Amino acid sequence: MSIRVGESAQAATFPKAAKKLLQNTQLRRNVRRATDTIRGKRAKVVDEMPDWQALRTAGQQIKKRTLRNLDSYLVQFEKACTAAGGKVHWARDADEANAIIIGIIQSHGQKEVIKVKTMTSDETRLNHALEAVGIEPYETDLADLIIQLGHDKPSHIVVPALHKNKSEIRQIFMDTMGLKELGHAPEDLAAAARNFLRERFLRVKVGFSGANFAVAETGSVCVVESEGNGRMCVTLPDVLITMFGVEKIVPSFDDLEVFLQLLPRSATGERMNPYNSIWTGVTPGDGPKEFHVVLLDNGRTKVLADEESRETLHCIRCAACLNACPVYRQTGGHAYGSIYSGPIGAILTPQLQGMEHSTSLPYASSLCGACYEVCPVKINIPEILIHLRRKIVESGGAALTERMGMAVAGYTLADSSRLGKAQKLVQLGRQPLDAIGLPGWSAARDLPTIPTQTFREWWKTRGAK
Amino acid sequence: MVEDTRCEVSTAREDILQRVRAAIGKQAADEPVERDYRQTPSLSEGEKIDLFIDRLHDYNAQVYRCGPGEEAATIAEALAARGKTRILIPPGFPAHLLPTGPTFVPDTQLDYREIDATEGALTAATAAIAMTGSLILTHSETEGRRALTLIPDYHLCMVYTNQLVETVPEGLRALGGRRTSPVTTIAGPSATADIEMTRVKGVHGPRVLDVIIVAV
Ligand code: SF4
Repeated sequence: MSIRVGESAQAATFPKAAKKLLQNTQLRRNVRRATDTIRGKRAKVVDEMPDWQALRTAGQQIKKRTLRNLDSYLVQFEKACTAAGGKVHWARDADEANAIIIGIIQSHGQKEVIKVKTMTSDETRLNHALEAVGIEPYETDLADLIIQLGHDKPSHIVVPALHKNKSEIRQIFMDTMGLKELGHAPEDLAAAARNFLRERFLRVKVGFSGANFAVAETGSVCVVESEGNGRMCVTLPDVLITMFGVEKIVPSFDDLEVFLQLLPRSATGERMNPYNSIWTGVTPGDGPKEFHVVLLDNGRTKVLADEESRETLHCIRCAACLNACPVYRQTGGHAYGSIYSGPIGAILTPQLQGMEHSTSLPYASSLCGACYEVCPVKINIPEILIHLRRKIVESGGAALTERMGMAVAGYTLADSSRLGKAQKLVQLGRQPLDAIGLPGWSAARDLPTIPTQTFREWWKTRGAK
Repeated sequence: MVEDTRCEVSTAREDILQRVRAAIGKQAADEPVERDYRQTPSLSEGEKIDLFIDRLHDYNAQVYRCGPGEEAATIAEALAARGKTRILIPPGFPAHLLPTGPTFVPDTQLDYREIDATEGALTAATAAIAMTGSLILTHSETEGRRALTLIPDYHLCMVYTNQLVETVPEGLRALGGRRTSPVTTIAGPSATADIEMTRVKGVHGPRVLDVIIVAV
């Protein structure tokens, strides 16, 4: 069995990719601006919640409860969903999931599918698999549409086109939608997407979605979104296919009251996102006549088996840790070489697809702890990073100089003031970095004022191994 | 083809469950969950309504208030303000609440293109949440199937003050037995934050949302 996480197995190591991306100043400006905005909004709506810490604790405990007895909850979900008229499929890996989905679409003789943003389908590279058999997937989330039309790659798990600014988006739309004229305002761009997709929403017979939460107690599925494209995809087609990772289960319907507070405030800095859709099986006279669920493993049970990093599976994909991460804010998401970027990507990707494919990712961090602080389900990412680094070392996965260089790179990237300044410490930085095949990195970017204490701290915890 | 897939699935099912069991070990008692977050109201009735209105304004929704028996007049006022003359209603929407003047078209399973060609929809709601400015629809006879409040560009939603709760937990619990009906929560008109992280109003759902709050 092979676990695939997008195209990440073929990706360059983090320091190599980061080096290239740092030269793209427009991209860096876009990423910085967007993450600044979202951080400010999040802080405001989190600060107004006196019970925020209590919600985080409840969120963490619900996830713990789910994982501890995941097998029973999965079976309970299957039973409830089936009783409500849904069909539940199980997929061990990406290829199996894609084959099930293709089978369903082909059994209805359909050649098109409308899709609402799902990370899991990026993980299995579903679009690629669909196109290979002549089925056309239409992404409907604005950001995913930008990515699909621009033949780009997602760089953020909530706002995949965060690295593109208004005028770049406008250009992509003009070029690909055949528009002679298009206004410059964000509203004009949104209207262009509305017109472009409306006919497809009304025409296409198969819809595809992910799920933010699935309730074991009732067999219900919940999709959290803003634009209404999610509602379109789960409501209008005759056939709906919903795929999600096995860890997306929550035990009871009441558990939604916790996550529907944690997620919007953490993800987009809103008190509530415009739309949540919750549905249970099939409802005669309202929405799809046929509903399929694909439960995806694709490496998750492997993560589950490691007690020290199991809580990686608590993640509700809010991206708060990306926005807060000083390394992500410098490089953007593409450097991580995976659809899962930022701190969560640094711990999730290597665990899902096997450490040997992404030994540099757990080093793409300065262990500053900002990710842990903002995480709505209290995943201790720094601790897991250290745990994964230990595993890499134990398996002989990375040479000492390599690890050292990667850690220095992570540290340097963590603060813009450490970048682009004078070349005071080239003596210290250049040799190890040059030695690991980052020629020119230290010369061009400098490694100045590295406070020795932090470096020693790092060395003490990891060098001893 | 279908046969094959089924066979494959059942093997995968056993495999995955087996892997899960191997990963977590023996079945254990459920981990405790402390629910120390807010689940009860803290505001007065008046403050709660004010908060709800404030949140709705925050999303650029237009808000009307009226007393019992004034629904028809208020519906007429809201529609006139938007220049709407032909509006879809759910099949069970109470006829005595409708004003004379505009044409109201009951949704008797119109096809999606017919719905797309209308000016908007008028519905009731199941519950509303003040803290988040959310309307909750469970798509009953007075709220209509989901497509009705999704495809048209305009949604006028009527909610009674005894349906309004303060917090999210109260709102979801108010669904009771209707929680396994389709549920849609609506907080403001359709929007996106995908362009430079600012909330831009109006993508695929209704671009205009008006709310009538009826005191009871
Ligand atoms: S790890 Fe935490 S902060 Fe990061 S995306 Fe997941 S839930 Fe959000």
